[in-house]
Amino acid sequence: MNKEMTLTDIVGQLEDGMTIGIGGWGPRRKPMALIREILRSDLKDLTVVAYGGADVGMLCAAGKVKKLIFAFVSLDFIPLEPYFRKARQSGAIEVMEIDEGMMVLGLKAAGYGCPFIPTKIGLGTDVINPDVNPDIKVIDSPYDDKEWVAMPALNLDAALIHVDRANSRGVCQIKGPDHYMDDLFVRAANKTYVTCDELVEDGYFSDQEEARYVFWERAQTTGVCHVAYGAHPTSCWPLYSFDVKHFKGYSASAKEENGWENYVNEFVNCSQDEYLEKVGGAEAIKQLPKPTF
Amino acid sequence: MSDLVDLVICAASEAFKDDGEVLVTGIGVVPRLAASLAMLTSNTDIMMTDSEAYIVSEPVPVGPRGDYEIKAETWMGFSRIFDNVWSGKRQLMGGPTQIDKYGQANISMIGSDYANPKVQMLGVRGFPGNSISHANSYFFPQHNKKCFVEGEVDMVSTIGYNPERLPKGYSLDDVDLRWVVTNLCIMDFETPNKQMRIRSLHPGVTAEQVQENTGFEIVIPDNIPETPAPTAEQLEVINKLDPHGVRASAIPS
Repeated sequence: MNKEMTLTDIVGQLEDGMTIGIGGWGPRRKPMALIREILRSDLKDLTVVAYGGADVGMLCAAGKVKKLIFAFVSLDFIPLEPYFRKARQSGAIEVMEIDEGMMVLGLKAAGYGCPFIPTKIGLGTDVINPDVNPDIKVIDSPYDDKEWVAMPALNLDAALIHVDRANSRGVCQIKGPDHYMDDLFVRAANKTYVTCDELVEDGYFSDQEEARYVFWERAQTTGVCHVAYGAHPTSCWPLYSFDVKHFKGYSASAKEENGWENYVNEFVNCSQDEYLEKVGGAEAIKQLPKPTF
Repeated sequence: MSDLVDLVICAASEAFKDDGEVLVTGIGVVPRLAASLAMLTSNTDIMMTDSEAYIVSEPVPVGPRGDYEIKAETWMGFSRIFDNVWSGKRQLMGGPTQIDKYGQANISMIGSDYANPKVQMLGVRGFPGNSISHANSYFFPQHNKKCFVEGEVDMVSTIGYNPERLPKGYSLDDVDLRWVVTNLCIMDFETPNKQMRIRSLHPGVTAEQVQENTGFEIVIPDNIPETPAPTAEQLEVINKLDPHGVRASAIPS
């Protein structure tokens, strides 16, 4: 089965009001070309689940987000994501704010087909305050006398993931140092759409060392789109690092008059090829220095 | 280099001395250097990560690394971090924005209306899970009433010693809050009711000064030791861990 799609095909499969999970972590390995395609579409009222970075910030800035399920939204070296911050401080979005590990459990519950997974995480905090999170319940245990947080399943209509390489049958490889929770997002989702930096021949994974970096079976992959540098400005290490200069400009735009409109005109309302030219070209992206902390 | 930041790093590193073989995570320059110093001096059993995806067998220096390559020991992607957190074999020293008399910390948002924050910050991140799973200490570069708040913090992101919020089946002893390290003093919760108390005062600081800068009543023992000065060995280790002097701006003057 050939699962190759275009970005436009993928966004055409998404519908208003869907719950969408986005892989990656903060400024790392986000499907940004796909996010920009969503920004160009008239898709709206999304519930977004993510370990958020500029993916979440941009979707908030463009008014695509009805509800955000999050533990953080951060660019790491710029701790506070400027457009997420604006959206929250203007009361523009609904939120379900949970612990990073609760998100793991919610995604796992969805993948397992369970309504919830019990955990002690959240006890004693405002995460279980009904005024903050009315949808998170605390329950008694059939096995002990303690109370437990029933972390609800985070069932996703679609997961959007960027990987290092994939083949047209949907075998996806993440060769970087961390696959984050991407496999959990995939298993929590009804459909998974993947962008890949490199599209490889079917035989690529016959080397067992390469097959070890495949974290879900191809039956979980709905569609594949080849987008070189499709994670920029986030990283897809070891292919390329994240673009500190670009993020600084993006972050500064939030303080400028018409900053978001200007960012969209410059970097969103254009083709991926034009985008790559504007951010310095493929060679420059490959040379981005790896930030150290 | 300011004497204060080195004194604080050395004092804070003592928080990890008796932890044994656990993962220690210091978030921010001062906690990270404190943890790294401990790993190289007072507790060589400590495990530490490169803040990315590996446990390293020696602490990674702060700032630009030049030719330095991390000394990887074990893959430790984010998913495995949570497995470690839930095992309890960890101490975190984080840098929250607010803390209250119960030791409840906040990194999420500032304001009285959760739906409309005055200032949106990071979100609760992993703080709820950290606080109920393993030992936690906190660092504040500026000890004042904006950080040490009256009443509860705006968004309770960690479980603390608050009887009102104690979950069914739990006692205060199930929470393991260790030290609160600031530019003025070190505090702990080693009192019968788990109230915050001054453990040591930095040179030139008085207990009254600490109380004046704290939005709630703290326990002031009769005899409070002075926070010990760094040793020559400790300073040498810190200089190697922070060759560019990133720590110089860690405590605003």
